[in-house]
Order: sequence, then C-alpha cells, then structure tokens
Amino acid sequence: MNALTLLGLLPLLGALLVSVIPNDQVIRIKQAALATTLLVALSAILMWFNFDAANTSYQFVQVAEWIPSFGINYAVGVDGLSLVLILLSVLLTPIVVLAGWNESEGGRWSAKVFYILILVLETMMIGVFAATDVFLFYVFFEAMLIPVYFLIGGYGSGERAAAAVKFLLYSLFGGLLMLASIIGLFVISSKNGGATFDITKLSEMHNYMSSTTQNLLFLGFFIAFAIKAPVWPLHTWLPDAAASATPGTSVLLLGVLDKVGTFGMIRFCLSLFPDASKTFTPIILVFAVISIVYGAFLAIGARDIKRLIAYTSISHFGFITMGIFAMTTQGHSGATLYMFNHGFSTAALFLVAGWMISRRKSSTIADFGGLQRVTPVMAWSFFIAGMSSLALPGLSSFVSEFLVLVGTFTRYPVAAVIATFGIVLAALYILIPVQKALHGPTTPGNENLADLNLREKIAIGPVLAVIIALGFYPAPLLNVINPASAHVIESQGFSDPLPSEGAGK
Amino acid sequence: MVTSNSLVYLIALPLLGATILLLAGRRADKWGHILATLMSASSFAVGLYQLSAMLGRSTEERAISQKLFSWINVASFQVDAGLLLDQLSICFVLLITGVGTLIHVYSISYMAHDENRRRFFAYLNLFVAAMLLLVLGDSYLNLYVGWEGVGLASYLLIGFWNQKPAYATASKKAFVMNRIGDMGLSFAIMIAFATLGTVSFVGVKEASHNASQTALTAIGIMLLVAATGKSAQFPLQAWLGDAMAGPTPVSALIHAATMVTAGVYLIVRSNFIFDAAPTAQLLVVIVGAITLLFGALVGTAKDDIKKALAASTMSQIGYMVLGAGLGPAGYAFAIMHLLTHGFFKAGMFLGAGSVMHGMNDTVDMRKYGALRKFMPITFVTFGLGYLAIIGVPPFAGFYSKDLIIETAFNAGGAKGIILGGAALLGAAITAFYMSRVMILTFTSPQRWDEDAHPHESPILMWLPMAILAIGSVTSGFLFARGDALAHWLQPVFGEHGAEHSEEHLFSPIVVSAMALVAVAIGVAIAVIKYQLSEVAATAPENVSIFTRIARKDLLQDSFNEAVFMRPGQALTRVLVKGDDVVIDGAVRGIGRTALGAGSALRTSQTGFARSYAALILIGAIALIAGIWVVTQ
Repeated sequence: MNALTLLGLLPLLGALLVSVIPNDQVIRIKQAALATTLLVALSAILMWFNFDAANTSYQFVQVAEWIPSFGINYAVGVDGLSLVLILLSVLLTPIVVLAGWNESEGGRWSAKVFYILILVLETMMIGVFAATDVFLFYVFFEAMLIPVYFLIGGYGSGERAAAAVKFLLYSLFGGLLMLASIIGLFVISSKNGGATFDITKLSEMHNYMSSTTQNLLFLGFFIAFAIKAPVWPLHTWLPDAAASATPGTSVLLLGVLDKVGTFGMIRFCLSLFPDASKTFTPIILVFAVISIVYGAFLAIGARDIKRLIAYTSISHFGFITMGIFAMTTQGHSGATLYMFNHGFSTAALFLVAGWMISRRKSSTIADFGGLQRVTPVMAWSFFIAGMSSLALPGLSSFVSEFLVLVGTFTRYPVAAVIATFGIVLAALYILIPVQKALHGPTTPGNENLADLNLREKIAIGPVLAVIIALGFYPAPLLNVINPASAHVIESQGFSDPLPSEGAGK
Repeated sequence: MVTSNSLVYLIALPLLGATILLLAGRRADKWGHILATLMSASSFAVGLYQLSAMLGRSTEERAISQKLFSWINVASFQVDAGLLLDQLSICFVLLITGVGTLIHVYSISYMAHDENRRRFFAYLNLFVAAMLLLVLGDSYLNLYVGWEGVGLASYLLIGFWNQKPAYATASKKAFVMNRIGDMGLSFAIMIAFATLGTVSFVGVKEASHNASQTALTAIGIMLLVAATGKSAQFPLQAWLGDAMAGPTPVSALIHAATMVTAGVYLIVRSNFIFDAAPTAQLLVVIVGAITLLFGALVGTAKDDIKKALAASTMSQIGYMVLGAGLGPAGYAFAIMHLLTHGFFKAGMFLGAGSVMHGMNDTVDMRKYGALRKFMPITFVTFGLGYLAIIGVPPFAGFYSKDLIIETAFNAGGAKGIILGGAALLGAAITAFYMSRVMILTFTSPQRWDEDAHPHESPILMWLPMAILAIGSVTSGFLFARGDALAHWLQPVFGEHGAEHSEEHLFSPIVVSAMALVAVAIGVAIAVIKYQLSEVAATAPENVSIFTRIARKDLLQDSFNEAVFMRPGQALTRVLVKGDDVVIDGAVRGIGRTALGAGSALRTSQTGFARSYAALILIGAIALIAGIWVVTQ
C-alpha cells in the first residue's frame, strides 16, 4: 500500500481501536490514542527521511479512480510544502493528546468520543495536505469542519456552542465560494481536453480563461483561504473559537487547520490562477500588512489570554500571507517555514496558557500575578514560548520572520517596512502579559498554584526543544522547503530581484 | 583569511555555563556561581591565547575566521553561522571577558545573600556569550543574534528582582525601546541585501566600493538608529536610567562597560559604510554631541548615585559616538575611550555597589557623606576612576577624551567649532557632576541615619575594584603611547586609518589646556557648592525650573508618554472597540440579514438548522453564478 495513504489511514485505525474499548476504561482509551498518534508521527518522520528534496514533483504518489464520470480521482502525493505541513500536523497531535490528558473531562460527551474526533481530525489533516485532486482536497477541507465543530461545541468552555456555530458558518461560507470556483474549473477543463480535477492538469487551464473568469475563480478560492488563515477583516471567528475551544483543540485549530488557508493560497491560488494572483497581489499585500499591525494592536489590548494568543496569530498569518505574495524565494521559503514554526510556538503558548487557566480557573490576564516565583517551570515555558512569538533571534520564528521580511523587501519595500514595525508591537503584546502574569508580587489566588507535573513537562519539553533547535539550525526543514519554493516562483514566471547595486556600477 | 577552529570556544564556554545553570535550577545553588565564574574566566583565557596568537602573526594575517555551519540558506540569501576575530573584535573580547570575569567574582560576594544567586550567574554567563557573539559574528545577521541576545540578558537582569512592579516595568521598557533600535538594524540588513546582495561584513565592505551613496546613506542611518537604541543615545536614551533597577554588578558590566557600547562597535565595524556616506556620518556626530550634553546635564541633577552614573555613561558613550562619527580620524579614539571607560566606569559602578552594600542599599547620595573614613579602599578605587573620567592627566580618560575633543575641533569649519565646543562644555559639566558625586559620597560631612553602619566590603568585592582602578590609571597612557591602539586597529579601517587630519584648528597642547581649564572650572563649582556649603539631607524642593527639568531627565519620559504611549493606548482602545462593534458587528449584521433569523448566531437547534438551510441556498446561488461565469 502507498505510504502516504497508509499514514492517513493509521489514525482512522486508531479511532476504530478506541471505539471498541469500553467507555469506562478511560485510561486505556487515552493510551490507545497516544500510541496511535506517536506511531503516526514516527511514520511521518520516516517518510521525511525517504523524501527526495531535490525532486520538485510530487512523491509517494497514489492515484485511483473514484468517480470516473466526473474525472474525480483519489490522488495523493507530497512535495516539500505539504510534507512540512503534514509533519507539523502529526508532530503536534501526540503533544496535544499528552498535554491535554484531562481535556475530555467536563465535555458534553465521553472521553471516547473526544479521542475519536481527534484521530479522525488527524486523518483529515493529513488528507487535506496530501490531496492532489482538487475535489478530494475540497472534501477534506469541508469534512474537517465536523470534528472541529464537535470538539469546540462539545468540550470547550464559555460560550462554546455559539463559538462553534460562528466557526462553522464562516467556514461553510468560504467553502461554498470555493465549491463554486471548483465547479467552474471543472466546466472549463471539460471543454478543454477532458474533465479533470488533477491539480497539475488544472494548472494549465488558466490559458483557456478570460481574465474576468480567472479573477472570479481566484476570489472563490482566496476568500475561502483568507477566512481560514484568517486574514483581516475575515478574522472575527478566530478569537471566539480559540477562547472557547480546549487548549488542545486551539493548538490544532491555530497551529494546523488555519495553515490550510495559507497552504491553499500557494497550492491553488498561485498555481491555478497565476495571472489573477498578480492582479490581486497589491490588494492582498495591503490586507496582509493590515493583519500584521491590526492583530498586534488587538493582542496588546486583549484582556483574555486565549484571545491574546489568537490575535497574535492573526498578526503572524499576516506575515505568512505577505511572504507568499511577495513572490521571492526568500519570502516563500520564509512563509512555509513560518507555518511550521508558528505551529510550534503557538502550541507552546496555548498549552502553557491552558495549564495556567485550568489551575487558576480564569483566563483573565489580570487574575494572574507573580507566577515566576510560584510556578517557575510553567512561567519559564510561557516566557520561552513568548520569546518565540516575538521572533527573538536564536529561536525558530526569527529565521522565518526575517526571511519573510527580507524576501518581501526586495520586491515590495513599503509593505516590508510597515510589517517590520510589527516587531516592536510584538515585544509589547508578549511582554505586557509576561509582566502582568509572571512578574510582580504574587497576587491572591496564585499563591498555591502547582507547577507543571511530569506529564506536562514531557509534553512541553519537545516543543520548546524544537523551537530552540530550529532557531540555530533550520537547515533540515529549509532543505526540503527551498526546492518547492523555487519551483513555485519559477513556474509563476518570477525570478528573485537582483541586488540593485550590481558590481558593474 | 586565516581560518581557525577554536574561536567558538570563546562563546561556547559561557553558553554552556548558562545552559547548565538554567537547567539545573536549585540543584546548582551551591556551585552555580563558581561554575559561571570559571566559564567566564576560561573564555578570558581563550581570549588571551587568541591575542598572543594574533601578535605572533604578521599584520596581514591577524584577522581569522571560523565557519561553524550554514545557518540560513535560501537562494541568494546565504548566511553562515560564522565568526570573525580581528584587531577590533579582540579588544572587545578581552574587555567583555576580562571585566566580565571581575564582575563575576565581585558578584559572588555581592549576591551572596540572594536566594536566586545561581540564576543571576546563569544570566551573567548568558550575557557574556551573547555579547561575544555580537562582537565575533562575521555578518550583520549573526551580529543581530548577539544584539538581541544581550537585549534579552539585559531584560532578565534588569528585572532580576521583578517582584517589584517598578523593576518589572523598567525591564519591559528597556526591551521595547531596544526593539525600536533593533528595527533599525533589521532595515539596515534588508537594505544591504536588496542593494548589495549580501549581509556579511566582508561582502558588504567589498560591495560598498561600487555602491551608490544613496544606498550606503540609507544603511548608515538605519545602523545609527540601531546604535541609538542599544547605546542609549538620543532619542532612544530613556531606558537607561530605569535600567538601574538591576543589581549593581549588572549596571557595571552591561549598562556601563559592555552592552551599551555595542552601538559604538556597530558604527566602527561599519566604517566602510559611514566613510562613504557623509550624511549618515553627520547624523552620527549630531547624535553623539546631543547625547554627551544631554547625559551630562541629567547627571548634574541626580541624587541617586546609580542614576548619576547612568547619566554619565550615556554622556560618555555620546563622546564615543561623536568620535566614531568623525570618520577615520576618530574611530580609534572612540574605541580607546570605550576601553578606558570600560575600566573606570565599571570600577565606579562596583564602587557604588560597595557603598550601597555598606549603607543598607541606600542609593540617595544626600544620605551619604564622609564615607572616605569608613570605606578607604572603595574611596581610593572610586577616586581613581573619578580622576580618570574627568580627564586629569595622566589618568586614562585624559588621553582618550582629549583625543576626541581634539579631533572634533579638527573636523573643520563651523562643524568643528560646534562639535569641539560641545565636547569641551561636556568635559566641564562632567567634572562638575562627577565631583558632586565624589563629594556627596565621600568627603562632605556625614548625613546618614543612625541605623547605617558603613563598613568596607570584603576582598572578593574590593579586589575587582582595585584591578579596574589600575586600568583607570594606566590604560590611557598605554593605549595612547606612540599611537599604539590606533596603529593596532589601523588594518580594520583601511589605508587612511592612521592619517592625522591636516588642518589643526588648535594644536594638541592648546586643546589639552582648554580641557583642563574646563575641568578645573567644573570641579571648582562643585567644591564651592557641595564641599564648602552645607548639603541638605533631603533634596530641596524650592529649586529652579532648570533643576526640576534636569531631575526629570529633561522630560524624556513625559515626551515619550505624550507622543507615543498615550496615543498608542488610545489607538489600541479604539481598535479593540472597533473590532467588536464595526467588524464583528458587520459580520453579525450580515449574518442576521442574510439568514433572516434574528438569532442566527444563537445556538438553538432550530436556529442552527435554519441558518444551515439559508447557507445552502446562498451556496446554490453561488454555484449557479459560478457556472454562469465560466460559460460566458
């Protein structure tokens, strides 16, 4: 069997296993879920080792007919971009399971349902990044909403039901626009050489479209992805969802699912509609820069720690979007690496914030105070995660953020300059909560909080280790990403700007 | 360039120390301070070895490099993790590890009663490692890592006692203001890559020969912005005074001798850019001249001994920046003043710590007096530093500061007169406020309360002070004799490095005489005001508007709060409100209208089902529209 398909099926098998464990053996259910996700992670790492970085075409490819009358196939394969995102997904899932060991308690349904949802979601995350058939991608894209909807609505806190519906409606709206565009593509392909949903074949179709058609079809995809990412002003579902979801769900939501948006921009918007991409680049850059600054200001003004992290993500997604549309190799590689790094730093922030909240029974920043002296390990973990979020050199986010900035600067200096102001705002949105929650005298209600236990340390340790290791040595990921980035830039007819002060001057 | 494989140990040793201490936690309580001190001392030993090896090579082969690994490598953006040790960086290596080790030793005793002493030493080691990376990195991006690394260490150390809210705020303020400067460094690197296609020192130097002045000026100005942040120069100076919240050894090492001089290093390291960008260079001298007067004026009004010394540091770095902005004639003198300042200012800060140690941590000089009798060693070592900073011959500051004043006068025309005049005026004010510190602390009648029991500090504290005092006495003479330091550094600055300016507005001897007169006036006023008159034990309230403004640091905080902070906070509030009311409000409104259900986003099952049905309707319309579009 194809390795990629097998990887995608593993979590489903795990879900099956979990479903046959009796409801009252909660610990067995958790162990089975953890073992499955660890096995998936190991398999994906093996795949990474067997991936030929120099080869820019899809690898681990499998194609099987699915609905032949519409030219729909089950078609999967990975390139550098999707490999990195699959790695991100499957590395974060076991951490989420371990970190949120007790998250399933207090939910509307049983622990068993919780872990089945998580495992099903993992299959879909792998599928959405692996699909090379546009229809298959769409199926995963929409189907992913279901487990997330139930995870937020069933196991979250606060106004979880309202947040879940808001998330669903936003996503469905975007999904329907995308569906319209996909049908449009189908019609065009059937008129020009036979109906297909194959991404590689569809990327030739722009030659047969009028510019209006291309622009409209582009927008269908782009708006769906801009909601997912989210790009200002389509972002307001995210803070609500993140504030209501369990920390683990938030990690998967912000760390992985939102990446489907930025992944889709590269995979579909750019490669299917190159001319429309060029047309819309200036306006998209404007929205990206607004996201960077706007998200940062809202994070500075946030009183709730989960909403704060959600707003920082809006700012970070602005950086990623900007890097994608800057159309330079540095911008692209930076954006892809940023997707991975943001996943880890947001995971660290959300997990530690989740532990803080579950101990203090409050998510209001002002309720914390002086944690550094009560719970040093928890405080340090939060601090390092925060430093990663503000892109401190030496930590992984710096590499990706700087690549995005320098890659954007060579083509769009104004956008890069405004975005750079984000690094000052980032210092504020991290250091303000650090000061309020960790520093100062220990305020009432915080004196007896327990520090991280062994399980929590084991969960957060690898996340922080990855953040530090990739900061000093990003080559293992960049080596995989670079050929894919260069390929996209080249196939779009771009080349990196040369130094303006050539040696001949 | 000669390659080496031993440079990395300079950084690796203190980094290892910091890592071990941070991971070991309380288990390191017993031995953490010893390990950290040994790591710093070992790094100093490696530095000495590198110096002797460098002396053994011919002038052309003195600079050596080490490539560690390929760090960021994306298409034409290629940055190695690489180190470069040349005549300039070895000066810094020895300053950082030498003074650093002395301050480690001092802190063993100074921090002995702090329950988190091992964490303090972890941060100190982290600082030393980051600062060494800053001066050893072979590209602007490697320098950037060290640059923000020292910022992090500085943040952690200023906030070492962050259980006090004011100290926590001070550390945050320092980090944020530094980040504004760091933004300048980011811009400089981006411009360098976009215009020259490289960010390594060697590459940029090479490419700068063929680059336009516009590009180099832009890079130069952005580097200056970076320097003003890190080196507390106008207009990004406001964080340094508050940074005195950190334990005093930190103030000595980071906020006097090393980190705050990084801006000077950056400008001098980028000499090839500034030499070709006169506008940027002019801005450098303007910033230097303004700051040297700004700091000196603030220094006259401070009663807190550490804040007076901090103002003085700002002012002295202003001299260095001024020197660095004077181009090839001034680079070596800027570095010379940086090194001598490293001795005498670190020594005086340690002296201040020794005084605080004996005075129940009081920092108010109006509560001191007559400590000469009780703390003789501190008095003598501090006094030697004092003589050095005000520029009395033959102490260190006399040589280094005089050379900067002289070079400033020689800048030519009105520029020379203004800059030289400012530097001369600064020397007079320096003499005044430093004499004030000296008199209030050591020689005026005692004003302390009964419960203070001033005593001399233990040997672990006074020995480092004594060693630094020797440096305050001798270093200037040694560096200036036969232009030793200038010749040593000359290969870094290229062929025109050691050229002496042709036009002399005043001969060196006249400049020295003028400077000595200025110093004498400053000292005399201080003696009349503080030694011969009675000093109030509490600061008088009924003072002139000028004194009041100087006490408030020339209104720097009021300005920043009015112009940046409060508008920023107001904007944040508006955006937070707007996000809810306008953007999310619009979304909710559209939702309600489109779905025709008053509670579309509410959660009843029926409401949800209706919403879903409506969405499917919209979807169907979108589908038809999509098909219609493509069939056109």
